[in-house]
Amino acid sequence: MNYSIIIIIALIIVSLSMLAMLIRVIKGPSLADRVVALDAMGIQLMAIIALFSIFLGTTYMIVAILLIGIIAFLGTAVFAKYMDKGKVIEHDSNNNH
Amino acid sequence: MSLLHIAVLIPLIFALIIPFVYRLHKRLHLGWFVLPVPLVLFIYFISYIPTTMSDDAVLLEADWMPKFGMNYDLYIDGLSLLFSLLITGIGTLVVLYSISYLSRKEQLGNFYCYLLLFMGAMLGVVLSDNIIVLYLFWELTSFSSFLLISFWRENSASIYGAQKSMLVTVLGGLCLLGGLILLSIATHSTSIHEMIANADNIQTSPYFILSMVLVLIGAMTKSAQFPFYVWLPDAMEAPTPVSAYLHSATMVKAGLYLVARMTPIFAVTQGWVWAVTVVGLVTLFWASLNATKQQDLKGILAFSTVSQLGMIMAMLGIGAVSYHFEGSESQLYSAAFTAAIFHLINHATFKGALFMITGAVDHSTGTRDVKKLGGLVTVMPISFTITLITALSMAGVPPFNGFLSKESFLESVIEITHVDLYNLSSIGVLLPIVAIIGSIFTFVYSIRFIGQIFLGSYHEDKLPKKAHESSLLMLISPIILALLVIVFGLFPNLITSSIIDPAVNSISKSVSKPAEFHFFHGFTPALFSTLLIYLIGIILIFTFSYWVHLLKAQPDKLTINYWYNNSGKSVQLYSSKFTDTYVTGFTRNNLVIIFLTLIVMSAIVLIVTPVSINFKDVSNIRAFEVVIVILICVAATMMVLAHSRLFSILMASAIGYAVAVFFIYFGAPDLALTQFVIETISTALFLLCFYHLPNLNRHNETKSFKAVNMLISIGAGLVVTIIGLIAYGNRHFASIANYYKAHVHDLAHGKNMVNVILVDFRGTDTLFESSVLGIAGLGVYTMIKLRSKKNTKVEGGNNNEQTEK
Repeated sequence: MNYSIIIIIALIIVSLSMLAMLIRVIKGPSLADRVVALDAMGIQLMAIIALFSIFLGTTYMIVAILLIGIIAFLGTAVFAKYMDKGKVIEHDSNNNH
Repeated sequence: MSLLHIAVLIPLIFALIIPFVYRLHKRLHLGWFVLPVPLVLFIYFISYIPTTMSDDAVLLEADWMPKFGMNYDLYIDGLSLLFSLLITGIGTLVVLYSISYLSRKEQLGNFYCYLLLFMGAMLGVVLSDNIIVLYLFWELTSFSSFLLISFWRENSASIYGAQKSMLVTVLGGLCLLGGLILLSIATHSTSIHEMIANADNIQTSPYFILSMVLVLIGAMTKSAQFPFYVWLPDAMEAPTPVSAYLHSATMVKAGLYLVARMTPIFAVTQGWVWAVTVVGLVTLFWASLNATKQQDLKGILAFSTVSQLGMIMAMLGIGAVSYHFEGSESQLYSAAFTAAIFHLINHATFKGALFMITGAVDHSTGTRDVKKLGGLVTVMPISFTITLITALSMAGVPPFNGFLSKESFLESVIEITHVDLYNLSSIGVLLPIVAIIGSIFTFVYSIRFIGQIFLGSYHEDKLPKKAHESSLLMLISPIILALLVIVFGLFPNLITSSIIDPAVNSISKSVSKPAEFHFFHGFTPALFSTLLIYLIGIILIFTFSYWVHLLKAQPDKLTINYWYNNSGKSVQLYSSKFTDTYVTGFTRNNLVIIFLTLIVMSAIVLIVTPVSINFKDVSNIRAFEVVIVILICVAATMMVLAHSRLFSILMASAIGYAVAVFFIYFGAPDLALTQFVIETISTALFLLCFYHLPNLNRHNETKSFKAVNMLISIGAGLVVTIIGLIAYGNRHFASIANYYKAHVHDLAHGKNMVNVILVDFRGTDTLFESSVLGIAGLGVYTMIKLRSKKNTKVEGGNNNEQTEK
């Protein structure tokens, strides 16, 4: 019983912080602000899922947490590359179709 | 299959063989190979005369598609035998004539193939007992007639005429099909003689009037009745043997055959009597009026054919009155049937001969223009004699057969005014007047036809060729026909008991009295009207140059051709305009149509059917769900309102992740996993596309455009939401999920139910979804790799560099 109250409080806190991140994503003057906010949102999402797993008493969601971790990293990396070079996948210099 | 079945198919079989003969054998004229076909058939059909004379009818059945009610059944009685003899007899003469008419430079293989096709089709029409087979052959006659009219296909007038005749006759043919289907629904039978036996069922069925109208339209288009006669004058672009055969003796009589055949079914209504009679008389009057002002010999004959067909039609209508009486009175009116059948034979003889002579004159002088012709009597004496006999027969002058049938026609038209039925006694007075006026003009153009070609002065300089008498071969057929005109005129009894009476008996209800024809039968009104016709006709001929201007002053707008051409143009114009209104080439307009259809259809269904939104299955709302919903709503709104494309993509992926969280919250870890990965990949793909896309302007986005889009999107959303709520609240059966839950382990040896369903219970779906992915991958690969080289050279190199943010 106590556990669940704590978990709900934690969930609310994470959700609020996620909302704050969302505002940053919407307002964010530059693309970099938004990408960083999105990355943070991904990690908050991991936290939410972890809290949920405890709340629902299941272990099936652990995979999802790991996956989000990978994806959040990948997404951020892709955005970063995009902002850096203007393209995501670079072509082989020899194979210039 | 009996001999008769084969007899009908013989022309069709020969139509297949003849082109090969033409290829292999070039020395002899192809017509000689074709000639035996109709001749043998003619002799074969003569052998049926004793059968029909004793009022027997032969029904020969052969299964084709019995379950569908479409059988190749043939029925031979007096009426069909008469038509078969006409088709094969005139067919023989026409083939003989065509041997000298068409030179060997023409494409004879095509010609005789089409002609035999037509002959077989026509035999099928008159002999079929099954209405569907009848319709099949009916369309085959239209089709082969189309081919024959456009025989000289380099000539644009031929193509125009062929198209016109095709459109009109196929219109009628389709109406006929409708009528026949209604008849078969009413009687549960597809056999004509069974329908006649069950005529009461049809008369009480609700489809009676509709089927009658449709069948009549079919018959009227084929038989070139008012106002559907427009195609026949233009069909004169066909070679003359075709005009003689199809457009005077056989095909145009298919409609008359149909009317005669259907008379026992429909004659009980006054609609049939009135429609057939009035249409026939109007056609007679209108076409004879038009025939007098034609300048082309075949034009005259075409309109003359139309008017004579109208006359036969009117007689069939008058004969139908006999169905309303009993006994001797009935016989009085069924005399009109006798007149109709007799005139049908007569018309085939004299009109065939006239067409053939026209062709001979055309061959000999090189023109058919009446202004250039004249004074050929000394040059072409035999042709002159034949024309004299046949044209006088057409005018209704004794001692030729046309006189006899015209007398009977006038008699029956005058007789009809005495009928005390459907107000015929009051309005019916107009009928003989119209008939007499029509006959006067018939007399005028017939006599002038002789004069225009053979009398008057001979203008050698005007003629393209030096005129000469035609070859004997070309004249044999018209001579035979002219002889028949005289023989039938002098000794009508030769054919009355053997051919006419059986034919009349198969049309009329009661056994009619044997037909008798006399040149003089007392001072009857018919005789006086004949004398009146001659008198006024002669006066009109001598004053022709004075009043012909009146006829020619007919404004263009009052011709049916004008309306035909105009309607053809306007149909094209308006349909293209209509198509332009919705085929704009813009995908967004197509989407508007699709979504509006969805909204309107669903709204109609929701309004019409009683529905209830039921909340009994809805669970309690938890706080976290609300948070996610708000998140999704905000993201969706931002996505729509976004000005930059990148922001829209970000919002789209935010929605995707939020949905994945939903999945987690609702206990679907597999879905959530997939959703996370797919969302990431598609976001990456969006970014990739976005990077390559040029900076398109959002053109034409006016305020009203946006407002319409908004309304449509709100409508679509509302409709889908409402339907979803209704569907959720109204589940009638329990879910099948319990079965899966119970058996996921014992049947499939798995613990993950989603995966077990995907690969075990419903593995086929997964297989094809995998193949969809494979196809998509291959498609992407091909689109990228196999771009045409041209494009790559022009744009390919630049595409990657053109980045606009």
